[in-house]
Amino acid sequence: MNPLPISADSSPSYMLELLFRLKIRDAMTTHLVTAQRQDSLRTVQELMKQNAITGVPIVDGKRLLGLISVDDVIRALDDGYIDEKVGPRMTRNLIVLEDDMPLSFGISYMEKYRFGRFPVLNKGKELIGIITSRDIIVALLLEINREMEKLEQQNLPNPEVTKGRTRKVFQTRKFDFENAGKASSAIKRILKDKNVDATVTRRIATAAYELEMNQVVHSTGGRLSFTLDSDRAEVVATDSGPGIEDVELAMKEGYSTATEWIRSLGFGAGMGLANSKRVSDEFSIESEPGVGTTVRSIVYLKGKTDENQ
Amino acid sequence: MKISEMSQFMNLECIQSVYDDATVASAYTSDLLSDVMANAREHSVLITIQAHKNTIAVATLVEISAIIVCNNRPVPEDMVAAARTERICIYTTGDNQFTVSGRLYAALRTG
Repeated sequence: MNPLPISADSSPSYMLELLFRLKIRDAMTTHLVTAQRQDSLRTVQELMKQNAITGVPIVDGKRLLGLISVDDVIRALDDGYIDEKVGPRMTRNLIVLEDDMPLSFGISYMEKYRFGRFPVLNKGKELIGIITSRDIIVALLLEINREMEKLEQQNLPNPEVTKGRTRKVFQTRKFDFENAGKASSAIKRILKDKNVDATVTRRIATAAYELEMNQVVHSTGGRLSFTLDSDRAEVVATDSGPGIEDVELAMKEGYSTATEWIRSLGFGAGMGLANSKRVSDEFSIESEPGVGTTVRSIVYLKGKTDENQ
Repeated sequence: MKISEMSQFMNLECIQSVYDDATVASAYTSDLLSDVMANAREHSVLITIQAHKNTIAVATLVEISAIIVCNNRPVPEDMVAAARTERICIYTTGDNQFTVSGRLYAALRTG
């Protein structure tokens, strides 16, 4: 058997599994257009035209006797025997597929024999379908589509690494004080549901709240991504501008660029970033003026380990 | 001392009474929400003039059980509604933060 067009060793195991899981019968057409031995080649030509097909199996009941392809019809027209019976003119030496063969066999056969179609027989050698390369493409597309949907729903590109992980993303909008704090509250609820220690929960919620408020007060809007693993919680705040001119200065407690009316609401005291850093076990901030700011805060669920102190 | 008992020795008006009447563990006085976030203790009373919805967001995160809004600051309806959802008690008073803090401090000291 010819090899598949993809490597059996280095291809994603999912693809190989799929090619062997799907059977010929899952892809074949069961709507059969057939003719009998005593029909004329012209009748077969008409059948091809009416059904837009390029091959007609010749049968006796459910027994496959041979096949007339469009090439046979052209030759009959050329040589002037188009009105003769198909019996003596059909191809008898046929390559067939069995319905419970893996679909990979179908692809290999297409590669190997270069025929446009293969008749499909069941265990009892009865003709039950016909398969073309188009049928194989459609079947593969539908199956890949189904699997991709499943993967997207899980939203987990790598199930090994993301085992037991909780992930949630929140949007924030500039000056949307109406919804400010909702992301942090949702994060706190998740931690409570997962029975995370109260002190640790408070630290994560504080970081999340300060970063959320920073986006509401200072940015043009952004995103808060929360990831909870078995040993740590991570909050990543990413906004799309305006960026911080002097990050070191912004980190200083008491420094703020907030306006008077924001201060009057109890914000903008210049404690946000310093607070988030204080409660974090790992903290990083990257900012580029005109581009945006990303702040990452990680809190270990079991408290700091010695090497991280 | 329970939350409901604070009005016995202070001039307080309860404007949000859907709450769990827990024991008052301590109190924190601040108008800076970041400061409240960083330093207020759980199950405490917040003494402040910050009367808006975001105060409830912070109180929820810190698990503050009651808020005393001082200086007769008007409390907007959406703040009351948010507090009701979160079961946080709101009192208002004409006294300032200094007076309320002092009275509550003395009461908590003597038990």
